[in-house]
Amino acid sequence: MSDLVKVTIDGITVEVENGTTILNAARQIGGDIVPPAMCYYSKLKGSGGKCRTCIVKVSKGSEKDPRPMPKLVASCRTTVMDGMEVLNITSPEVLEARAGVVEILLINHPLDCPVCDQAGECDLQNLGYEHGLQKTRYEFERRTFDRIDIGDKIQLHMNRCILCYRCVFTADQITNKRVHGILNRGDHSEISTYIQTAVDNDFSGNVIDVCPVGALTDRTFRFKNRVWFTKPVDAHRNCSHEKCNGKVTLWYKGEDVLRVTARKDQFGEVEDFICNECRFDKKKTADWTLEHPTHISETSVIASNHYETFKPLPVIKENLTLQEANQRELERSFKI
Amino acid sequence: MLKVEETQPVEFSSALLAKFDEIVKRYPEGKQKSALLPLLHLVQAEFGWTSVPAMDKVAEYLNIQPIEVYEVASFYTMYFLQPKGKYVLEVCRTGPCCLVGAEKIMDHIEKKLGVKEGEVTEDGLFSWRGVECLAACGFGPVLQIGPEYTFYENLTEQSVDQLIDDLRKK
Amino acid sequence: MARKLLLEHINVPGINTLAVYREKGGYRAVEKALKTLTPEEIVEEVKKSGLRGRGGAGFPTGMKWSFLAKPEGVPRYLVCNGDESEPGTFKDRYLMTHIPHALIEGMIVSSFALGANTSYIYVRGEMMPQIRILERAIEEAKAAGWLGKNILGTGYDLELYVQPGGGAYICGEETALLESLEGKRGNPRIKPPFPAIAGLYGCPTVVNNVESIAAVVPIINDGGDEYAKIGIGRSTGTKLISASGNLVKPGVYEIELGLPVEEFIYSDEYCGGIANGKRLKATVAGGSSVPVLPANLTLKYANGDPRLMSYESLSEGGFATGTMMGSGGFIAFDEDQCMVRNTWNFARFYHHESCGQCSPCREGTGWMEKILHKLEHGHGTSADIDLLWDVQRKIEGNTICPLGDAAAWPVASAIRHFRDEFEWHVKEPMKSQSTNYGLANYANPIEKVVVAEEK
Ligand SMILES: Cc1cc2nc3c(=O)[nH]c(=O)nc-3n(C[C@H](O)[C@H](O)[C@H](O)COP(=O)(O)O)c2cc1C
Ligand code: SF4
Ligand code: SF4
Ligand code: FES
Ligand code: FES
Repeated sequence: MSDLVKVTIDGITVEVENGTTILNAARQIGGDIVPPAMCYYSKLKGSGGKCRTCIVKVSKGSEKDPRPMPKLVASCRTTVMDGMEVLNITSPEVLEARAGVVEILLINHPLDCPVCDQAGECDLQNLGYEHGLQKTRYEFERRTFDRIDIGDKIQLHMNRCILCYRCVFTADQITNKRVHGILNRGDHSEISTYIQTAVDNDFSGNVIDVCPVGALTDRTFRFKNRVWFTKPVDAHRNCSHEKCNGKVTLWYKGEDVLRVTARKDQFGEVEDFICNECRFDKKKTADWTLEHPTHISETSVIASNHYETFKPLPVIKENLTLQEANQRELERSFKI
Repeated sequence: MLKVEETQPVEFSSALLAKFDEIVKRYPEGKQKSALLPLLHLVQAEFGWTSVPAMDKVAEYLNIQPIEVYEVASFYTMYFLQPKGKYVLEVCRTGPCCLVGAEKIMDHIEKKLGVKEGEVTEDGLFSWRGVECLAACGFGPVLQIGPEYTFYENLTEQSVDQLIDDLRKK
Repeated sequence: MARKLLLEHINVPGINTLAVYREKGGYRAVEKALKTLTPEEIVEEVKKSGLRGRGGAGFPTGMKWSFLAKPEGVPRYLVCNGDESEPGTFKDRYLMTHIPHALIEGMIVSSFALGANTSYIYVRGEMMPQIRILERAIEEAKAAGWLGKNILGTGYDLELYVQPGGGAYICGEETALLESLEGKRGNPRIKPPFPAIAGLYGCPTVVNNVESIAAVVPIINDGGDEYAKIGIGRSTGTKLISASGNLVKPGVYEIELGLPVEEFIYSDEYCGGIANGKRLKATVAGGSSVPVLPANLTLKYANGDPRLMSYESLSEGGFATGTMMGSGGFIAFDEDQCMVRNTWNFARFYHHESCGQCSPCREGTGWMEKILHKLEHGHGTSADIDLLWDVQRKIEGNTICPLGDAAAWPVASAIRHFRDEFEWHVKEPMKSQSTNYGLANYANPIEKVVVAEEK
């Protein structure tokens, strides 16, 4: 058996290694057909499958067994088969279901973007913008939790959490001791330490970077500023920590380094996890060797002025149902 | 963050620890975490509830992180993270039991004990709460009382009165 | 009288002890299996019997067993699912209370067939009395040489343990159960891999319901072919039905599959009709997760033919006019019951029991409960009914485990068949608080029933 399998996503065929997930195959193709992923994180084992935003339709199972899959599947946890055909943005059913997931993710979300540190680089904000409904049909009181500090470096706004479990996997896999976790169950679940213990560990700060929303934020982020007013610059230093390569992004406002984060790739994932010393304690330009301004992903709201790269697939322009399903995206592409 | 009661440190008796040792043997080498649920039941039977110091001790015994115990204890409904009355009357409040009067029984218990769901009577003897289907739907309304979870079936207001009076006298 | 394979001796005094159970022919199946059959032959018998899983999904047990991976040097596990938390289902508790040895005997035979040397019976924690009963029975069986090392001198070893749960319906889902057995939160696993490949501790595992395991005993005693003669079509053998709600004689009944539903409800051998001389309004035929049906569709298909108690017959007509066998939890509603209130109650149950892992179920179940609470308490609008329909659709099919579907189906079916009653709550908010909608046309001959349009 060959190690490469063929998979077709929204009409685009690609050859990927056996065992690749649909999501990662789509990422190899790139562009608009990549399903949004709120909980999957390629660097965290066991992640994915929970948020359901990455759902797609498998219209043909494989060459051997061409039957379609009966339900929509989570692309981040479904591996491709040879000859599989997948529909993402060319399936009105997928787009409708995804809008449903987005609506549901937002019913208990405080929608406090105007005061949230994550605004501008929040995956949920992007998701709501691209896939959501205009207004909510949820008329009940939203679930609320108190904001708490877990240690002197990290703040937790549980109200904003979407329970993606990424921070839990990070603590399990990147740090040597996990002191926070998921308590309670159902929609009472919350991220917590249960008792007042500081999350204090050489790599604990990485939970901030993996959090797709503004639930875990950097308390040392100085002068609280909107990210789109800051200027990201890639930099590095000779970090003495054996597991940290000292490659970071510095976020500048004028001359000041407001915060330090890991570098993120085009899918919003960190390239390498960084240690707490680099993240929290090195906030002077003199600590770093500067490289170049950071490339900003075009899907981010930070880059919302740069949407000219958005090109609807040709098939969408030809098909009326698809035009309807993709209406907002189309309008936006015409506006630009 | 959950509210955590202030608590005294706890000691596990050697009899309790002997039971722990017995249970851990049921699982393969290195899979001692499997004992967590049964151990927490033993702890709760001994102390009446599942306190943080007790959970920390269990974590230490099983060689796992305390948060792993908190996560589990807060997921399942049977572990009380707050002190409760000596007798906790757990009444089934699910559909089939409601068809045969479970809601009336709960109202009656509330009146009889004079405390709301989850609260403890002044004498510290009783708490009550609604729980989900107890797999006794044909014999409803039903309630159970820990730590041995004795079942009382086909409840009527009279039989509930009788039960509470008997427990008071114990 | 119908044949009884599981409950034949239920009323014999002392049947919960090894001695009496032996007297009544107990442990014959272990002798036969271990001494005269190979594991493959046992699997073959179970396949021939046509036994379908009694835990809810109805998957053929023999087939499930044959999928078990058998890599060299890796232990295999059999885990019995005694979590029984589906509202309306109480047969497993009944069986474990009264005839614990039937389960233990089944566990020995099944473990032997699967090549498991350590097996667990996971019982929900609330069933502490049943856990004690099983533990005592296991001790008895072990002392008599039915468990432990070198059983009956055949060289086969088996240790059997009872594991208590901690109070969570979701731990009845097989992968959540395995997580729980590993001492974790009961979050269902994302499949694949299926337990047959990587289950308990990452090893190949079979999870079976209490009743499925107990049914292996008569199958081995009488042969799979004999078992398959009972029942109808692909619904072979006998099935325990838990009957609850407004019935003259609620309780656990062993029926031969294929019994007409009408006979089950009204004959004196079974439920004896509706309590207090009232009339039947609706039923939930297979535990709270399956669609609710009005009385007329319970007793007959849309075409007027009688409905039977079998996997196929109960699901005849699909979700439009049928339901499912599920776990055999048969709940009867009399004419004074309010379908809105019951739907709200079930929605509350699923909201309470959602593990919270995946967003549609975590958030959607709470949303449905809130809308239903509003409707039930006379504050709803007809837009709420449509919204409810839409929310359940967003959950169904979009979740990690079937609990999402199980939460959506009762709501969907209630709207589908009882929309009038929901609308009455909207139009008559005051009245709906003091009286109920009554029987309406729900027991009328089928022709007059208009199935609500699916949106
Ligand atoms: C939410 C949920 C709850 C379940 N609860 C139970 C249960 O309490 N008991 C049970 O035997 N099966 C239950 N099941 C079904 C199990 O997942 C599994 O299918 C069954 O144990 C397999 O055994 P069987 O093939 O013998 O039926 C449940 C499934 C789901 C999705
Ligand atoms: S805090 Fe952030 S990373 Fe952690 S589960 Fe919530 S959303 Fe995910
Ligand atoms: S469907 Fe519900 S119970 Fe099942 S995994 Fe998702 S949240 Fe948990
Ligand atoms: S990214 Fe696939 S389910 Fe969340
Ligand atoms: S509904 Fe009360 S025991 Fe099942």
